[in-house]
Amino acid sequence: MKRVLIFGATSAIAEATARLFAAEGARLFLVGRNPEKLEAVRRDLQARGAEAVETAVADLADPALHKGLVERAWASLGGIDAALIAHGTLSDQRACEADSALALSEIAGNFLSPVSILTHLANAMEVQHRGAIAVIGSVAGDRGRQSNYVYGSAKGGLRVFVEGLRHRMGPKGVAVTLVEPGFVDTPMTAALPKGGPLWATPDRVARDIHKALNRGPAVLYTPWFWRWIMLVIRHVPDAIFQRTRL
Amino acid sequence: MPPSPSHGPFRDSSGPLSWGRIVRAPHRVARPGGRAEAAAALTALPPGETLLACGMGRSYGDSGLNPGHCLIDMRGLDRFVAFDPDTGVLECEAGVTLADILRLLDRRNRPGRSWFLPVTPGTKFVTVGGAIANDVHGKNHHSAGCFGNHVLSLELLRSDGALLRCAPDENAALFAATIGGIGLTGVILSARIQLKPVPGPWLESEDIRYSDLDAFHDLAEESVADWEYTVAWIDCLARGPQLGRGIFSRSRHTADGPAGSPARAAAFEPRFSMPVELPNLALNHLSVSAFNALYWRKAPPRPVARVLPWDPVFYPLDAIGQWNRMYGRRGFYQFQCAVPKATARDAVRELMRTIAAAGEASFLAVLKTLGGRPSPGLMSFPMPGATLALDLPNNGPRTHSLLDRLERIAGEAGGRVYPAKDGAVSSGAFRRGYPRLDEFARHVDPRFSSGFWRRVDGAAAGSGANKEEPTS
Repeated sequence: MKRVLIFGATSAIAEATARLFAAEGARLFLVGRNPEKLEAVRRDLQARGAEAVETAVADLADPALHKGLVERAWASLGGIDAALIAHGTLSDQRACEADSALALSEIAGNFLSPVSILTHLANAMEVQHRGAIAVIGSVAGDRGRQSNYVYGSAKGGLRVFVEGLRHRMGPKGVAVTLVEPGFVDTPMTAALPKGGPLWATPDRVARDIHKALNRGPAVLYTPWFWRWIMLVIRHVPDAIFQRTRL
Repeated sequence: MPPSPSHGPFRDSSGPLSWGRIVRAPHRVARPGGRAEAAAALTALPPGETLLACGMGRSYGDSGLNPGHCLIDMRGLDRFVAFDPDTGVLECEAGVTLADILRLLDRRNRPGRSWFLPVTPGTKFVTVGGAIANDVHGKNHHSAGCFGNHVLSLELLRSDGALLRCAPDENAALFAATIGGIGLTGVILSARIQLKPVPGPWLESEDIRYSDLDAFHDLAEESVADWEYTVAWIDCLARGPQLGRGIFSRSRHTADGPAGSPARAAAFEPRFSMPVELPNLALNHLSVSAFNALYWRKAPPRPVARVLPWDPVFYPLDAIGQWNRMYGRRGFYQFQCAVPKATARDAVRELMRTIAAAGEASFLAVLKTLGGRPSPGLMSFPMPGATLALDLPNNGPRTHSLLDRLERIAGEAGGRVYPAKDGAVSSGAFRRGYPRLDEFARHVDPRFSSGFWRRVDGAAAGSGANKEEPTS
């Protein structure tokens, strides 16, 4: 049975992914901040057929906790076959422009925190010589845009970090994937007007992540068409790009 | 993207539509992701506005909408709480759908330890909260009663902040009001349901073509003892001696699948989805009567037994996603009434005659007998007798006048219409159909309402006022 570790397990995308593993009878270790939500998710996954579900309540903004969490999960699961790093916040761009402390804390939560976790996780999985890690990035990390460049820069930094980590871990048999979802209809995006063909459900994105954790591509755009949208956005010449309000 | 206007967790939305797609009105919608957020939404209800919980939007008229007011979309509360494969007791949040439950059972059932929904309506894309609030029934009403008969307990959140556990022996009056209470007694947060043991995922099923209404009643009577599930599809355009002709379907669970069949039986996603609303002209008298005649002839005159999985037996229409768009932009009504046993034969004949004479195109008319097992719900729709349901494309006043005639026939026979389907019933007819309305209205949460409730002036029942319907 698969042994799966999930950080940010109460986020909509992580929860939907966890359900797919639970349905296969996996053993899961979930890390989340909200104890009530985490317990609700634990019971749900148990009912859906997970072999075992353990949880740890932690605020992942505190890097001092990360090493201990990876060790606990490792001991509890007896090794890790798949890990998903899914915590993060959608930054309020305008507020970050006005308040550098807020900008730094958004960068810490969306970049430094996953970097710290990935470092501990990679060192553990390297020894094991197998497994897969998926990290949720964002299409916002593909090009800096006025509407979300604080969030985007954290995800962009993460993109380069994951690229390098994948390069290091590949020969060790550990696949590292950056997941780049487009617009996903989740509580995190509650403030945005929704609907239209670019919006995907968490279930749809979860199916892609679940597949990626078995196959290990470098960058997973989900849904797939974001690869082409972002290809265009990345390659729009700067002279034109500067005139858009993307 | 600029954020949409909001009032705390409630966001302005022009979007919500009921299944009939007729009522199009602005709402404010909150979409909690869990129990705590649902409770917070209730606290944040804007002053002077009322609330209604909504789910998959499968109610046809305005009973699942609250135009100009607030909705709390419960689909984010979709977690199972517990499932005991030894006792078949399932506990889940209110936004879990019957499809979710079937998917879970499909995975967790084992030979000799298999469970199924005790009662299921004709679509699996409804939430558990909606199934309770409408006290839905299915093809096994004659033996199993309603969904509410199998609810062991539920959690109800009231606008005063109270979270109440309701069961037949705990807050019993509120439990009875909430079963079939069309969402008006508060927000159902979770429920415990007793599933039904079955030998496996297969059903033995027979389709029998029959030629008139008497033949239907004979078949229904003959099948009641040995067939757990019965229903008939009626060609509503057939007249004269063929009035009421149709196809009678009966099924029962069986242990043995067809030879070489896979162990798993259900398909869970629609295979095809209606991408857009069809033009209004697509369904007219000619196209529908041709379809109905062909469909009727397709069924064999002698019963043919088949072994089928759950989906084609219970959810044939779920195979076509968004089939309601077939009726075009104008939308459609569904008329469903129940009539008591004593008057059922005559009333059904009269209803069919009226429908056939009006010539209003309808693919789907469904006739079924209802059994005597009483539901705990004060406002439960079924009564021992028969129920007839059919779709009517919205042709404006012509359709309203037909609905009016049908409603009157049902009322005169001592019957009633089903709020989950209704978009047209008058206040007086509703009142006469539900003798326990006054008792129910006392349990309605003062901050809850719906388009339906305002239309039938339900609040007047609670205040003791005895309004008569304006004669039409």
